[in-house]
Amino acid sequence: MSSQDIIARSATTTPMPSVRQVDEVAKLIDVSKCIGCKACQVACSEWNELRDEVGHNHGTYDNPADLTASSWTLMRFTEHETESDSLEWLIRKDGCMHCAEPGCLAACPSPGAIVKYANGIVDFNQDKCIGCGYCITGCPFNIPRISAKDHKAYKCTLCSDRVAVGLEPACVKTCPTGAIVFGTKEAMKQHAEERIVDLRSRGFAQAGLYDPPGVGGTHVMYVLHHADQPSLYAGLPDDPQISPMVSLWKGITKPLGLLGMGLVALLGFFHYVRVGRNVVEEDEHGPDPAVHQVDPAVHPYDPREPRV
Amino acid sequence: MNRDIQRYTASERSNHWAVAILFVLAALSGLALFHPALFWLSQLFGGGPWTRILHPFLGLAMFLFFLWLAMRFARHNRFDANDRRWLRQWRDVVGNREERLPEVGRYNAGQKLLFWGLLLCMLVLLVTGFIIWRQYFSHLFGIELIRLASLLHAFAAWVLICSIIVHVYAGFWVKGSMGAMLSGRVSRGWARKHHAAWLKQVSPDEAKQR
Repeated sequence: MSSQDIIARSATTTPMPSVRQVDEVAKLIDVSKCIGCKACQVACSEWNELRDEVGHNHGTYDNPADLTASSWTLMRFTEHETESDSLEWLIRKDGCMHCAEPGCLAACPSPGAIVKYANGIVDFNQDKCIGCGYCITGCPFNIPRISAKDHKAYKCTLCSDRVAVGLEPACVKTCPTGAIVFGTKEAMKQHAEERIVDLRSRGFAQAGLYDPPGVGGTHVMYVLHHADQPSLYAGLPDDPQISPMVSLWKGITKPLGLLGMGLVALLGFFHYVRVGRNVVEEDEHGPDPAVHQVDPAVHPYDPREPRV
Repeated sequence: MNRDIQRYTASERSNHWAVAILFVLAALSGLALFHPALFWLSQLFGGGPWTRILHPFLGLAMFLFFLWLAMRFARHNRFDANDRRWLRQWRDVVGNREERLPEVGRYNAGQKLLFWGLLLCMLVLLVTGFIIWRQYFSHLFGIELIRLASLLHAFAAWVLICSIIVHVYAGFWVKGSMGAMLSGRVSRGWARKHHAAWLKQVSPDEAKQR
């Protein structure tokens, strides 16, 4: 991608080139249409040349058990018993949400290791990643994973390489039920509206779109049958936002901290200028102190007089 | 004849400078990760990843050496009634009018405050540092704790760096102090002016004279 497509860059305090007008893209995941086939996981693994280690069965359908540096997307299965005693199988495709205000990018100390493209995709540049894990600390969705092999952080790229050349992400292309769709953010919102009307007519009165405003909206959105309780879906945050502790740590503290240190140093300098050093007048390095008592005016001069 | 008196033994001096060197390295590598404007400091350590790798070890080594130093000096740093007076008269302190101040022992109240402040900062840095040490320890802790630890780590480091700036300036300001930590010796005049009670302690004939 051209450098003009980057509108935010980690550990960078001046604005990025942002004159170019680019439509924001979004991936819409309709949880109500998902059958849990994991084709998206396979497609992700195929396209990105990722092969996760074969793990163990943890007693759930989740496979692998969690996101890893080589599994950038994961179906999370929840068995939800409704009030009317029926069972709902809630299957959510988890992965990076591509926040408009990304917590990972705010926390990252390495210039350019995390970028946000004008189309809304948040991408990690592993060649600039230093492996500190601050992106994990900053992320409200618990997404980035550090590889044990190379100590770099990885996550879903929203197939930024495919999108850059006009293709949809691999997971979208492969989804057999059309539960995952991709387009401009506006188009996806419209599409979601239609789906929500349909779901409401089928008895899901609380159906709605998950596009959390706490992070400025996301470029991966969900249609949920229970949009009033996102946390039902394997702990999807109800109201995600960058933690106030992270904002404080990586926000105003940074310039104020430097300013404070600079002021302390300046304070020292001006103390020296105004008050000066505290020097011992009557020094007793060489001769016996009795000499001074006889005649205090006598100050023997010693060219080798050291630093004291 | 040289009537200088010893203030620091060779071991104490070595210990102090080991802490000082490790502090400078830990501070520079930490600042590189603290503010983007200082990220270039990571070049001093061989780049970003090396800075990330080295920083925790430098910090840990600094803590261990400091702990050793603290065990040597803790007993000289207990506060007494005179210290409160000394602190209240801080204007005389910064104005170089020590003749108005109560007699000072081995350390003055400012030095004692620094001592305990540094110890506190180092403890906070140690504990929070382990929590945010991603490669080995972070997986043991919850995300909220890691966030709090990151914030506290930065804050404690800031207090520590500011304190050390003051400490370094004070060493330059009070002429003879830097020499005390380099050669271990101070002149009697220096001791009488800045640490009269200590001088009486270490030099009985001084006590008789005055």
